[in-house]
Amino acid sequence: MASLDDLKKRILSVKSTQKITKAMKMVAAAKLKRAQENAEKGRPYSEKMNNIILNLSNGISDKENAPKLLAGTGNDKVHLCVVLTSDRGLCGGFNSNIIKKAKAYFSKITSEGKNLKIITVGSKGYDQLKRQYNDKIVNKISFKESKNINFFDAEKVSKIIIESFQKNEFDVCTIFYNKFKNVITQIPQAQQIIPLKSSETGNDNAKDNYEFEPEEDEILGNLLPKNISTQIFKAMLENSASEQGSRMSAMDNATRNAGEMVDKLTIQYNRSRQAAITKELIEIISGAESL
Amino acid sequence: MSEEFKLEIVNPEKSFLSKEDVTEVLVPAYEGDMGILKDHISIISFLKPGILKVFSKSGEDKYYVEDGIIEFKDNTLSILTSSIFSLDKIDRSYVSQSLSDTEKLLSKEDLDDQSRFLISQKIDVLKSISSN
Repeated sequence: MASLDDLKKRILSVKSTQKITKAMKMVAAAKLKRAQENAEKGRPYSEKMNNIILNLSNGISDKENAPKLLAGTGNDKVHLCVVLTSDRGLCGGFNSNIIKKAKAYFSKITSEGKNLKIITVGSKGYDQLKRQYNDKIVNKISFKESKNINFFDAEKVSKIIIESFQKNEFDVCTIFYNKFKNVITQIPQAQQIIPLKSSETGNDNAKDNYEFEPEEDEILGNLLPKNISTQIFKAMLENSASEQGSRMSAMDNATRNAGEMVDKLTIQYNRSRQAAITKELIEIISGAESL
Repeated sequence: MSEEFKLEIVNPEKSFLSKEDVTEVLVPAYEGDMGILKDHISIISFLKPGILKVFSKSGEDKYYVEDGIIEFKDNTLSILTSSIFSLDKIDRSYVSQSLSDTEKLLSKEDLDDQSRFLISQKIDVLKSISSN
């Protein structure tokens, strides 16, 4: 049985842990609100972009000569996976969920005999993947310095992807991120961005007759790289909202658990203090009786 | 009959501007400046660096855009751009910084015609802004 002093120390330490987790929960809640707002504000842009691309790709008559970013290279050999994770830990299953999803995809790809290349965005993803897939990771990107998620960061990532696509280094590109549903639920997503999947560009009803200036394929050539930045940016926004949501619920749980632990330890502390008093009393009484 | 239509300018981060009472928009489209009035035919085009002018009942607003895509449909003009600045509030130091950066870009050798054209456009516009 732990001594009274030890128990006291443990109670204190659990209490201070609780203070930290509580503070982190508050911070995450505040950040979550902002991240959610940002994600909502960013939605019109990506939706409009999607619509325009859909209209354009419908307008293209010559599918054979469509830009490669839309149609693909015609091969399906090398898969590039971009895994978006956070830079900080203590956010529950947030990173592990993405990694789990990504790893399932990786093993599917490799079992089909295809080549795998990985780009990790965010240091936590790299930490979790480097042991098993170190030789597959071609690039790791981290935005620890940037406080907020901004479009330039997304552009940097998409630049790397597009450059390597133009060098024919991969055929299919998929991004992994967490989609924010609500504070307790985040759904890990795998989204193929190269070649663009027609099912993800929306419904066919939005077909319209447009004038194009310059020609369709020229606009499309200009637009598709932008769309990749937009998709990555959207994924980053969703991810940051998910990260904060996940952290908030994780810290909420931690705070509650710490509270339970403090209660349990306090009872134990009181009992053993009482036991010590009783023991002392018995000693005194029996000492007096023996006289 | 009203001559007004709707204008929406969106950034990746947020909605930059939304106006219901626009009468004319002058956009620096890739193949030359283009004025858009109500009931324009549906069009998609993209922008080169330049000055975007918005005319409405309340007056005239000018913006500097670096790139973007425009879509006009059902009397709604959507402009998607990642870099747009109101000309009244534009940061002088940003203009001069961006000007010198762009000039450096132009001195590179391995440019294709299209990007050379875009870059020199950008320099012209930035120069005209900073001289005002």
